[in-house]
Amino acid sequence: MKLNSRSLWLGWVLFLTALLVIVALFSLGVGAVHIPLQKVLILLTKGKGTPEYTILFAMRLPRILLGLAVGGGLAIAGVMLQGMFRNPLVEPYTLGISGGAALGVAVTIVTGGVGCLGLASLPISGFLGAAGIMAAVYCLSTRGGAMRLSRLLLIGVMMSFIASSLIMLIMAITRTEDLHGIIFWIMGSLEEPDTSLIRAMLFISLGGLIVSLLFSVDLNAFSLGEEEAFHLGVPVERLKKILFLLASFITGCCVSVTGIIGFVGLVIPHLMRLLVGGDHRILIPTSYLAGAIFLILCDTLARVAMAPVELPVGVITGLVGGALFIYALSRRGGSF
Amino acid sequence: MMGGSMLEIKGLSCGYGKRVVLHGVSFGIKRGAFVGIIGPNGSGKTTLLRAINGLLRPCKGTIFLEGRGIHQMARRELAQKVAVVTQSPEAAPPFSVEEFVLLGRVPHWGRFQLLETEGDLTIAEQAMVLTGIASLQERRMGELSGGERQLAFLARALAQQPQLLLLDEPTAHLDIGHQVQIMDLLRQLNREQSLTIVVVLHDLTLAGLYCDRLILLSEGRLHRLGPPQAVLREEVIEEVYRTVVAVVETPLQAKTAIVPVPGGD
Repeated sequence: MKLNSRSLWLGWVLFLTALLVIVALFSLGVGAVHIPLQKVLILLTKGKGTPEYTILFAMRLPRILLGLAVGGGLAIAGVMLQGMFRNPLVEPYTLGISGGAALGVAVTIVTGGVGCLGLASLPISGFLGAAGIMAAVYCLSTRGGAMRLSRLLLIGVMMSFIASSLIMLIMAITRTEDLHGIIFWIMGSLEEPDTSLIRAMLFISLGGLIVSLLFSVDLNAFSLGEEEAFHLGVPVERLKKILFLLASFITGCCVSVTGIIGFVGLVIPHLMRLLVGGDHRILIPTSYLAGAIFLILCDTLARVAMAPVELPVGVITGLVGGALFIYALSRRGGSF
Repeated sequence: MMGGSMLEIKGLSCGYGKRVVLHGVSFGIKRGAFVGIIGPNGSGKTTLLRAINGLLRPCKGTIFLEGRGIHQMARRELAQKVAVVTQSPEAAPPFSVEEFVLLGRVPHWGRFQLLETEGDLTIAEQAMVLTGIASLQERRMGELSGGERQLAFLARALAQQPQLLLLDEPTAHLDIGHQVQIMDLLRQLNREQSLTIVVVLHDLTLAGLYCDRLILLSEGRLHRLGPPQAVLREEVIEEVYRTVVAVVETPLQAKTAIVPVPGGD
């Protein structure tokens, strides 16, 4: 890596960080109550007690922080999995994590488990569902200590199907009011009243960023293939397990807090690979930032597009992400 | 340590799952040797190479590198000493040539090192100059021709600064010009830097021209081991390859070529 490409790396990180700040400030300003940018800046420093201050800090800022944590987390989970499988179609949900989480939530809602666990019941049951599916996928695809990636992918996809069939079954036999709860959870939302959950999510997502960066060089070697990575001294079996567990954990946490927000983990890594190249040392941090920007923007759009009705953010990410994806592919000939 | 033992293989049997490919192979390779592994398809050449580089665990026997069992060494340590050029995979890695060659420095990095040092850049540069691909360093790996790609794989292996270089059919699918370029380069590295080279070759004439020792495998067993003139004999090749050949003199000093004799003639 020459010095000029190092400064190019720095340029990308600074540019995306600046963009993130701008998007966050924009998102703070718009909504049912419009607060112009100058006022936002004034309120940020000295506005305590005013109603606008409450809107900013109790309603909009938590959403932005959660968008940062989840958008970034899903994006780096996507980078890790696409790098590990060397397959651009893999995303954090491919392996059945979302299906498992949704199944956990659906079971909790129809069995009335919400009552006994309170506010945190849905995140907890979502996480347990995701962890259960992941454990099953992990055990089924590991033979004699070796994890076979093609097997892992197939079993993950099958688990996804099984989980979504079970959810359909539950929905078919459930009461209408419960049905609403399940559907809304599946569509995903950054609305989260519990600030400690948001704080935990930020911690996990930023921690995941740092840990995944430590494996970025190994991921570079891995993009040459398992055998080549082995020849470069990478402990291949250990790396596969670490990446699988790390990506699953981050995704499981994201999904259990916000529901299923699709496409971030698929589109962002792909888009950033086109822009900054295949080196994971820059791909991971830029994907994190871009994922955060993308999700915060989509959530803002979901809030204001048809105000006062709030659209499910998963719908927006799917629409915008899908269009973006096709645009990027048709422009660059789809080189991976 | 010139002339000391680089590699010592004792009673090696190994294979894939229950299928045993190699049966009790033993031989030693001296430091600074240029050794060719030859044999028919399916005779276990690639399997032997995979056992030596640690990818396959032997079901019996041991492999010593500089007197130490390779499975007692950490992956990273082994990669600092042994570099491997495999038959290039079809999918091109998503890197520029320079980034690709720099990956050869990774085994020498610290666990938490993320950026290459000036020294790494110099070593990668030297490897690219030596293999004649310095002018291609900004190009994407996917844009290279077959011959250029093979040179890039060789440059990456050299950037590892190994003691032992293993190559699996480095001249396969290359034209005669690139074949000679690669083999000349290997000989130059072998002579000037006393790099120990073990190369799997299908082309018996090339093997005879460049290697100073040949290992002939047949059905997973060591059939013959020795200097080319002792191994590349008509009766030996006819027995192992089950085909009629003629070993003919070339204008080159004491070098022979192996010519197939078409059936029915």
